[in-house]
Amino acid sequence: MQEAALLEVHNLTKIFPGIKALDDVHLTLRRGEVHALIGENGAGKSTLVKVLTGVYIPTSGTVTLEGREVSFKNAIDAQEAGIVAIHQEASMFPELSVTENIFMGHHLRHPKTRKLDWKAMRNETEALLSKMQLDIDPDTLVKNLSVAKRHMVEITKALSLDAQLVIMDEPTSALTSREVEDLFRIVRSLKESGKAILFISHKFDEIFQICDYYTVYRDGQYIGEGRVGESSEDHIIKMMIGRSIDQLYPDHTPQWGKEILTVENLAQLGAFKGVSFSLREGEILGLFGLVGAGRTEVARTIFGIDRASEGTIVFEGRPFVPKSAMHCMRQGIALVPEDRQRQGLVLKMSLTHNISLPVLKLLSYKGMITNGKTERGYVLEHGQQMEIRAAGYHVDAETLSGGNQQKVVLAKWIGTKPKILILDEPTKGIDVATKAAVHQFICDMAAQGVAVILISSELPEILGMSDRILVMHEGRQMAIIDGEEASAETVMRHAISAVVQQEASNG
Amino acid sequence: MAESSAKAFVQRAMARRELTLMMLLVVLLVPITIRSPLFLSPSNVNRILNDMAILAIVAIGEFFVILSGGIDLSVGSIIAFTGMVCGMINESYPAISPFVLLLIGLSVGFFMGLTNGVLVAYGKIPPIITTLGTVNIYRGLTFLLSGGSWVTAHELSVAYIAFPRNTFLGVSYLLWIAFAVLGVFYYFSRYTRMGREIYAIGGNPTAAKFVGVSENKIRVVVFLVSGTLCGLAGALWTARYASAVNEMATGFEMQAVAACVLGGVNFSGGAGGIIGVALGTLFLGVVTNALPVVYLSVFWQTFVQGLIILIALALNTISDQRKHRRMLAQRRA
Repeated sequence: MQEAALLEVHNLTKIFPGIKALDDVHLTLRRGEVHALIGENGAGKSTLVKVLTGVYIPTSGTVTLEGREVSFKNAIDAQEAGIVAIHQEASMFPELSVTENIFMGHHLRHPKTRKLDWKAMRNETEALLSKMQLDIDPDTLVKNLSVAKRHMVEITKALSLDAQLVIMDEPTSALTSREVEDLFRIVRSLKESGKAILFISHKFDEIFQICDYYTVYRDGQYIGEGRVGESSEDHIIKMMIGRSIDQLYPDHTPQWGKEILTVENLAQLGAFKGVSFSLREGEILGLFGLVGAGRTEVARTIFGIDRASEGTIVFEGRPFVPKSAMHCMRQGIALVPEDRQRQGLVLKMSLTHNISLPVLKLLSYKGMITNGKTERGYVLEHGQQMEIRAAGYHVDAETLSGGNQQKVVLAKWIGTKPKILILDEPTKGIDVATKAAVHQFICDMAAQGVAVILISSELPEILGMSDRILVMHEGRQMAIIDGEEASAETVMRHAISAVVQQEASNG
Repeated sequence: MAESSAKAFVQRAMARRELTLMMLLVVLLVPITIRSPLFLSPSNVNRILNDMAILAIVAIGEFFVILSGGIDLSVGSIIAFTGMVCGMINESYPAISPFVLLLIGLSVGFFMGLTNGVLVAYGKIPPIITTLGTVNIYRGLTFLLSGGSWVTAHELSVAYIAFPRNTFLGVSYLLWIAFAVLGVFYYFSRYTRMGREIYAIGGNPTAAKFVGVSENKIRVVVFLVSGTLCGLAGALWTARYASAVNEMATGFEMQAVAACVLGGVNFSGGAGGIIGVALGTLFLGVVTNALPVVYLSVFWQTFVQGLIILIALALNTISDQRKHRRMLAQRRA
């Protein structure tokens, strides 16, 4: 088994303006090995996958494939070299058949006529599918297949490309346990035929079940690697989170007022269920979970974007059914969405117009915004509060850096004078200085008596900011932990549901 | 400080489509005027402006639809239907005041726009499909209403036909109306909450939803504005051309869209301004009227219009892409 490496990544660094996504990382993959790449959200796993599949070009460092140094300019280069990624969201053509999907981009042609040789492609597909013991008709349209079977078709496509390295990014997130077994059977057969598999997952039980080797990244840095059989879960968790909380968080002395929001057994079909918590004025409630935990969905439901299928919400002592975003804003609930560019800002509008957008009602008289001075004054006041750096408030939002864009988004919401402020990943992808400003902003809001729900994938941020922490795992509420008592380890254990076993043995 | 803000002002002005268009217009006018000094004579300018007035009114309605991220292909048919309604009413009641006819045109257009808007907002049919349907339905209604016959000049009242040509302070009523529409909707687009929300919906419907802007309401409003302005245009059209013909204003949607595109209105929504649309309309008018001056037959008219639209769109796209690349370089992807 211990043969020469198929793929080696050495000293790889990828810098985006203002952010080091990968910092001098390593990775070694051998043939016949299933290798887990482990890390929190934002650890750099996805960036590495994008480098390996030719989407990003690394800033520095080398990638060697079978001893030869390679550099991919695009996805096709990587495919031809034998690296294929199976994506989180299957990137397939739903209206085309299985055969057409598998041979998209590398159609077989008849040797003489140069016409597309569908017969040969269909036969080839049938052969590949039966080799993998898959019961899929090559002529079925992909839209008629289950998510699991689409994954299988993607893997089949990888084989048809003669892939040597198959990258699976969270392949089981949408699968039932039965389907996971099927997937693992195929992973094992890939392994036996000498392929290397890079397996990215948050689920430890799966990693322990299928993987031979693991590598841990944290904050874009290489932390360590080892054999799965020789390491304990605890050890790996420590590697994932074991940073010192070197960043300082602003002092925040909780001054809690009366209870403002009570959520009881809230559920949304297919997204989350059994979420219950209460929130007091001036409190910061951290909402933690890994990708797919359902945190954003909870926020959207409370803010009236999505409807709850079950459960009750009591807001300011009265039963509350969020009808729409407009309705919730009027009641004093604000949601700062995760994706600033797609949900937070109108990029083609000026900063002034972006910031005043949620409060136009207050700034206008009978629908008319006649007093430009009032609007500019309002914008300036809140913009300065957030210390936005821009050429002026007349420039379009799209010209700003990520950090400043985020400040604009926050400035937008201060003026709505929310009673409950929900922040979804407010510091994602922004520089350290802005991060500190955002943290200060959150504490200021809490000090003014605003109840804050802070959704974050960054454990130190959650630990440093929250009065209490609600941890979710795959749509279920795992625990509510007091911020003072919470340690990185307990929170992470709940988030990867490692605690289930413990509870079972206790009970 | 003053110097840097002055510099910023110049940069801002340069980046604006309105200014580039104005300069282009001047560049275009210089050789034309050299060739034919009478081109810029007051009477000729007045003629060009009157020629473009109806297009300007319709283009402003089209502007709001495009701004919201949609398109209204039914404008020509709404003009035809309302024009026919006004013509036939005038034929039956010659004593009716032209003002009443304008009001009738406005109201009929209002309901036709409302139909478009409701289909788009609540029927969830994309604007291009909705108006592709209604462009034919409204044209068909025109034929059904008229039974295929025309209302000719001698069947219309003198007062109605004279209405657009009457002058106040030396300027025709038609132009006054066009300027009034321009002013009102300039204000509407810039200084009302609704106007701002149209920009927001066109620029980013998701972000707009997160701040509580009602997308359905905006979608109805933009078609309502477009339909109502087309109704006004229809009433004026019959008077100005002194007849109501079933085929009138066929293909007018293309000119309205062209005026918007020339005026720098972003085709995917969210950016552009009324002044740009007005200049775009004027640009089309100057080019059309200049053709005889440069000895090109009027048969070239549609060809040249098409060419200009393509060039304008290509320029828009190129400058957008450049801007985008510059920004990507500055910022994390």
